[in-house]
Amino acid sequence: MSAPSELLNVQIDGIWHQFQKGTRVIEACAQAGKFVPHYCYHPKLSSPGNCRMCLIEIGMPKLGPDRKPETGTDGKPLINWIPRPQISCAQDISEGMGIRTESPMVKECRNGVMEFLLINHPLDCPICDQAGECQLQEYSVEFGTAGSRFLEEKVKKPKRVEIGPRVTLDDERCILCSRCIRFMKEVAHDDVLGFVSRGSHTYLTAHPDRLLDSNYSLNTVDICPVGALTSSDFRFKMRVWFLKETKSICTSCATGCNTIIGTRQNQVFRQTPRENDAVNSAWMCDYGRLNYHYVNSTDRLQTPQIREGQELVNTTWNSALVKAGEELKQFSKDGIAVVASAKMTNEELWLTKNLTELVGTSHCDIIPRSGAADDILMSADRNPNTLGAQLIGLTGEKPGLRLKDIAEGVRSGTIKAVLALGEDLTQIGLQADELKKLASLIVLDILPTETTRSATVLLPSSAFCEKRGSMINIKGRLQRLHRATQPPGAARDDWEIVRDLIQKLTGSNGIYLIEDVFKQMTDSIPDMNGLSLSRIGDKGVQLVEETEEAPAAI
Amino acid sequence: MKMEMPAELQSRIDKVITEYPVSKRSAALPLLHLVQEHFGYIEDEAISWIAAKLELEPINVLELVTFYPMFRREPAGKHHIRVCRTLSCAMAGGYELLDTFCKHANISRQENGHGAHLLKSQDGKYSIEFVECLASCGFGPVCMINDDFYESVAQDEVPQLLGKYQ
Amino acid sequence: MASTTRTAHPREKRVIFKNIDRPGWTNDIGCYLQDGGYEDLKKAIAMNPQDIVTEVKTSALRGRGGAGFLCGVKWGFIKPGGSKPVYLICNADESEPGTFKDRYIIHQDPHQLLEGMIISCFAVNARLAYIYIRGEFPEGAKILERALAEAREHGFLGKNILGSGFDLEIYVFRGAGAYICGEETGLIESMEGKRPYPRIKPPYFPAVLGLYLCPTIVNNVETLCNVKYIVRMGGAEYAKVGTRVLCVSGDVQRPCYCEFEVGGITMGELIYDICGGLKPGRTLKAVIPGGSSAKVMSAKDRYKIKTKQPDGTIRENEMGLEDVPIDFETLAAAGSMAGSGGVIVMDDTRDMVWALNNINEFYAHESCGQCTPCREGSLWMKKITARMLHGGGVPEDSDTLKRVADNIAGRTICAFGEACAWPTQSFLDKFPEEFVATAKRMGNGNGSTNH
Repeated sequence: MSAPSELLNVQIDGIWHQFQKGTRVIEACAQAGKFVPHYCYHPKLSSPGNCRMCLIEIGMPKLGPDRKPETGTDGKPLINWIPRPQISCAQDISEGMGIRTESPMVKECRNGVMEFLLINHPLDCPICDQAGECQLQEYSVEFGTAGSRFLEEKVKKPKRVEIGPRVTLDDERCILCSRCIRFMKEVAHDDVLGFVSRGSHTYLTAHPDRLLDSNYSLNTVDICPVGALTSSDFRFKMRVWFLKETKSICTSCATGCNTIIGTRQNQVFRQTPRENDAVNSAWMCDYGRLNYHYVNSTDRLQTPQIREGQELVNTTWNSALVKAGEELKQFSKDGIAVVASAKMTNEELWLTKNLTELVGTSHCDIIPRSGAADDILMSADRNPNTLGAQLIGLTGEKPGLRLKDIAEGVRSGTIKAVLALGEDLTQIGLQADELKKLASLIVLDILPTETTRSATVLLPSSAFCEKRGSMINIKGRLQRLHRATQPPGAARDDWEIVRDLIQKLTGSNGIYLIEDVFKQMTDSIPDMNGLSLSRIGDKGVQLVEETEEAPAAI
Repeated sequence: MKMEMPAELQSRIDKVITEYPVSKRSAALPLLHLVQEHFGYIEDEAISWIAAKLELEPINVLELVTFYPMFRREPAGKHHIRVCRTLSCAMAGGYELLDTFCKHANISRQENGHGAHLLKSQDGKYSIEFVECLASCGFGPVCMINDDFYESVAQDEVPQLLGKYQ
Repeated sequence: MASTTRTAHPREKRVIFKNIDRPGWTNDIGCYLQDGGYEDLKKAIAMNPQDIVTEVKTSALRGRGGAGFLCGVKWGFIKPGGSKPVYLICNADESEPGTFKDRYIIHQDPHQLLEGMIISCFAVNARLAYIYIRGEFPEGAKILERALAEAREHGFLGKNILGSGFDLEIYVFRGAGAYICGEETGLIESMEGKRPYPRIKPPYFPAVLGLYLCPTIVNNVETLCNVKYIVRMGGAEYAKVGTRVLCVSGDVQRPCYCEFEVGGITMGELIYDICGGLKPGRTLKAVIPGGSSAKVMSAKDRYKIKTKQPDGTIRENEMGLEDVPIDFETLAAAGSMAGSGGVIVMDDTRDMVWALNNINEFYAHESCGQCTPCREGSLWMKKITARMLHGGGVPEDSDTLKRVADNIAGRTICAFGEACAWPTQSFLDKFPEEFVATAKRMGNGNGSTNH
């Protein structure tokens, strides 16, 4: 029997499989449902083959005198087994290869490596922050033995080292797999980690002049298989098995790295990258990862407020929305401006666009936000959904172009009402006293700003981790956010607030679910025709062609 | 910067780098040797200096300095003694030879493992360490004093031997 | 410090060591040229490089560093006419305990090495070569530097060597005290300015992806010297009369280096005839035949060795240690190896736990720390034997030692795993009763290993 040219026949634990040519042995085993334990191997990094955990038995087709493979009674090649165990992380499969992942030799190898890794490792799992997601702990259960024959003193190494501003290192827990070193060199292009001393005394460190301060440093924590590298932000805050995990995306720049938000009791404890080769490989930047603390702030706006004289006073949602509707009705068309945010979801932006059309104003835009791009993940566009705002039509080809006119209009008095969504208008040059002169300033936001303090109607809304919806990243990929926590107090989802504002102006629009918003939006935007929120899936869909500003592929 | 790189050393460094036309990084060990020969040890500042010279990160050089036992990060005595510890020399009296050197050089005998501080005499005249095989196993015990090599060193020859190094 | 006159034993056949301790011999190029030096280079450079490779293949020359790999096969991995440059590195990082031959070649006969090396570079088309000399040979490095300058002055190095159009530069690279740099891929990493962690094979076979990921040949000093004689006499002739340098240390009256035709001497002849036998009143206990990583052989054991008879038949002979001929195949058949040629002799006064502890300390110190089993296991074995010697032994120690060693051998990137496991495996195998006895000797401290 002959396989198509790109498929190779490989026998794993007695069963023949076919795999794509170029498949790593360890990946072929995984595809065949035979997990091979490993520490140093990481599919996104080079393979040093140093941990020796992935040792298996490998054989090659037995060749007859004619140098052709000999076949057995089943018509399959006979296999010549290599007497020594082989690592599975650094070799690709080849035609007729035999693999044993469960033989006595393999078990003995794993058992031996586990024992070696544990003899100098602190056995204090109860107080180790990695417990629950430690591969040393996990493999010990599966591949180790209970007793220890080690009677000697353990090797002492540095503990609680602040190896960088965001990462803490415990060298006694380090198993020297070198993943972090390779990540910093190969992905972050900042070769600051290394091993010093040698033999069993080897330990991981950074030079004091060049600490682990890269914007990608926390990825080393993710890939550390043990409790050696921990996030100074997260460590000892929460046991990982208590965390609820929600798939979402990072909203700190236009790359839209895929994430998992870890929460407990309605509080965000951490964000970690979620693998998506079309977006962020397996990584995310520290800036985006740690840019969540404001969500847990005690200053969060929690109650709708309306202005009574100099004071903003608490009120109900209905009376706040009624007042907002009445204010908007007082002004016509270009007397109203809408300043939205490209941090809003497509659904929010689409409803906002509907509202601007309803009031008939052409004064609408988003506030661009930019910073230095790197060659790794971070985009110069620090708004996560500029492409969405453009596609929906809340802004033009050059986002922010209309903001100058809006600011001028407010100053000259031609614009009398402003709806500000998630943005502080001081960013477009308007001062607090100028904002206070507005007849109507309806503000949706989550934290106090000059704009919220100047509002006539203040509508507390939701943070990125509190909402469902979609965004389009800089490469034109449509991705989903999921709700990981509930907004605080009486704060509501932004899309519901805008929907209700529209209702106050028009009566009813029949939208009850975000799916309805999405349906209306996709029906009206050709690029989105036929999509639904569920069809976007966890890894997103490519919507429009990649733009030139897209960050370099990693 | 307190570390002064004399012009002569600089020119030797520049010359040795030319011997590695494919990769300057290959000159890391040669540069460490040159620096240690000149200064007697590898200062922290020298690690950064070499890294800058070879367009490396300082950790790349620190990794080497701490791997290779011949490199010191602290000054040795005026005369540095290396006694072979390995099997053939040990069978010929290597352990005793180190003890005898310590006795006559007034060096207090302590733990002396890899990466540990050198053993030094109070007056700083002598320092001593065990090293692994010096490759003259037939003529043990062997030792080196500075760059000089001695074979078949009898214990009663130690005072005379030390006398040559004042 | 006692300076001994070292003269060749009449039974020796000195080729590589011909000029070592030779009266009136100096290590400058003048002396070498007067003795017919660089004539073999002149012959070689007129040959087709591929023909030299063929001669080396025919010669069956084995690497003298320890592994005994066939030199011609190694060279044959270099594909002629490849697009990448080829490098040749002379491995002069002599560090295998019990081995002390390269030091004397480098100190007393550097031009012999250079001539062999230049011929070898010509054969594999290497235009840039290095001599990786161990850091503890500062004098040797200076001698080589001077010899290289002399060779350059005489047109044996540099551009257009002897008008052949062949260009070659050789530089000296000094190590800094790391045994692992003797492992060829560790050596290459060291030369690249990195920690000398041996590379995984596949894919990093030096002949394909060596120095700077280019085809690279790494050969031992003695191996490269031999190439000169293969060119001179032809591979077929060399195969019959090729020699090997042996180094004898330990409990013999006259430890020495010496040179014989490969397999031309037995262990007993070496110990008693060449080295003057054991010290008075002592008996032979054990021999480590090929550097400290070779498995120890007990004088009590009988070895069954298959030998090829002159009529071509294979006969199995049973023999004692003293009758075992010293060659690659016989020592391998006897369960050990010829390794680097370093023969360490131990008499009946030697405590085998003490000896193993000394060896274990060496390997624990020299493990690079890359692979888990070797990194953790080498230090663990040392800690066990040290504890046993200090009177803290427990009955399980022998079993634990064996299990640890078994869990290292064959499971690491490089052969250091075997090098550090074989001593423990073989000492326990050959002298189990000593380990049991030491483990029982509670509280009987022995300060001699406290280092």
